[in-house]
Amino acid sequence: MTDAAVAFEHLTVRYGATVAVDDATGQVAPGEWVGLVGANGAGKTTLLRSLAHLEPHQGTVRIGGRTLSGLTHRQRARRVAYVPQKPELPPDMTVGEYTLLGRTPHLGYFAVESPGDRRLCAGLLARLDLTAMADRRLATLSGGELQRVVLARALAQEAPILLLDEPTSALDLGRRVEVLELVDELRRERDLTVVSALHDLTLAADFTDRLLLMSGGVLVADGRPREVLREPVLAEHLGAPVRVLETADGSLVVVSPARRRHGAAPSTARAELHGSSAAESVTSHG
Amino acid sequence: MRARGPLLVASGFLLVAVLLGVSIGPVAISPQAVLSTLLSHLGLVHSKVSSVDQAIVWDIRLPRVVLGCIVGAMLAAGGAAYQGVFRNPLADPYLLGVAAGAGLGATLVIVAGHDASALLPVAAFVGAVGAVALTYLLGVSGDVRDSTRSIVLAGVAVAALLTAVQTYLQQQHTPQIAQVYNWLLGSLSLAAWSDVGRVLPYVVLSAVVLLAHRRVLDVLRVGEDEARSLGIHPARTRALVVGAATLGTAAAVSVSGLIGFVGIIVPHTVRLAARSSYRVVLPVSMVAGAAFLVLADLLARTVEAPAEVPIGVITALIGAPFFLFVLRARRTERGAP
Repeated sequence: MTDAAVAFEHLTVRYGATVAVDDATGQVAPGEWVGLVGANGAGKTTLLRSLAHLEPHQGTVRIGGRTLSGLTHRQRARRVAYVPQKPELPPDMTVGEYTLLGRTPHLGYFAVESPGDRRLCAGLLARLDLTAMADRRLATLSGGELQRVVLARALAQEAPILLLDEPTSALDLGRRVEVLELVDELRRERDLTVVSALHDLTLAADFTDRLLLMSGGVLVADGRPREVLREPVLAEHLGAPVRVLETADGSLVVVSPARRRHGAAPSTARAELHGSSAAESVTSHG
Repeated sequence: MRARGPLLVASGFLLVAVLLGVSIGPVAISPQAVLSTLLSHLGLVHSKVSSVDQAIVWDIRLPRVVLGCIVGAMLAAGGAAYQGVFRNPLADPYLLGVAAGAGLGATLVIVAGHDASALLPVAAFVGAVGAVALTYLLGVSGDVRDSTRSIVLAGVAVAALLTAVQTYLQQQHTPQIAQVYNWLLGSLSLAAWSDVGRVLPYVVLSAVVLLAHRRVLDVLRVGEDEARSLGIHPARTRALVVGAATLGTAAAVSVSGLIGFVGIIVPHTVRLAARSSYRVVLPVSMVAGAAFLVLADLLARTVEAPAEVPIGVITALIGAPFFLFVLRARRTERGAP
């Protein structure tokens, strides 16, 4: 299907004898937010990196109908923006300079930014509440601020597709929700298609339209969060028992139950219920 | 991001260095006489300075100072560019074997008994370029996933190999050992306008290519993967930068010998004192490197006059403490212990 924003077929990535992604096929519709979930080492990052063409792979990846391997680095960078889990942040670089790096795919090899590029980045910094920090060095920012700066750089690419690898892994719960809400607003404003690896299943359920569950390099489930986040499916593929609970307002909460140690009730769960979705009563969602 | 302020400071430093370099020597010549000589040679005024003094300024000291500028600028820019493409603060223009190759080339000519001939710089240049080409050939065909590392390791191996051959040759020809050592430690004492003319085209070409990469080198600061996802081709960029830097550095060392340390301390001093963006580091390092080498050469020929101290000894002797001072001052300023 050519109208998918991202489509991959028979995608396989091998590291020597290890198969990191095994014959994965799937697609992402324009404007959709798809979450990649699964245990550590399930292949989420490798799949995401393959979509950014950073990983040598077999099979095809199509971006807006065009085969990824047929595009130059520059053409690709105008279509796909990729944010790694731990972006390299030169401590001496300022927020403004870092954001301007995002304009690279729109500049000639030896060119420097035009006033138009600077205006675009200034606008992005304003949108992300970073204007006051434009001249600050990256080393002086907090984790939440850095995540916004990295987003600003990715958005400066003006690519319709945003690939985010664990965008919230370094943040506390409050900042995680803030960052994901920001991504959600931005994708609606700018008609972005988002594919992100997410390890927090509760947040994944809250924010994404669809989840791809990976296990041992294989895509084992593909569907709405409610369809994928079922206890038997997760128990089989996450390698640990989990409870999926539903809050009074219908949000899913995925928790790993505490092992019974001192005869505590089996329903005791370590739940981190955040903000407004905190529930008085939770019901099991099998 | 603006390089103007640091560039002005470095230019002032260079102007002072050049004036001192031309004025000071066995015959003291006033800065006014120096200026007057320069202007008259450019056809702007008619100088009243004696023709002997004019000859000292124009034919002896100035070519040496200009060559010092060219070599210093090239080594500093080459160091900055290597640090950028290899993302390694210890990278210097000799990282991939330029010094070992040039040293072997020069030694071959000297032990063959052609030490003062025009063959020496040619052999040094060919040796330097050949060594880097060999490194690249071996390194790129190595580890595909981490070609940066395999290129650097190939450079270490090639340098060790060529140095071993060079040392062996040197030990087999003890009568020429002093000449070989003199060349290896670097000197500008034989500088003439013809050297300037021979080296300049390579260095200008190299400098233009490196300066044109100032923004791309900033993109590489976020890592190869991210640079790639921003549309840059890191391996191609590296090949282009290394090629340009090698050509310029090989030309520079072919006439100056192996002057060490400039490519490390000048770019890092600029980073610490000004900014770490390559838009600042590259141009400012060129100017500051030129000034630094002119001053080092001035010391090399004056501290033990009429004998000369190898310039490589001076660059390390004044460069290392100065660099430690800058490092220290910067840390204190940032509030670190």
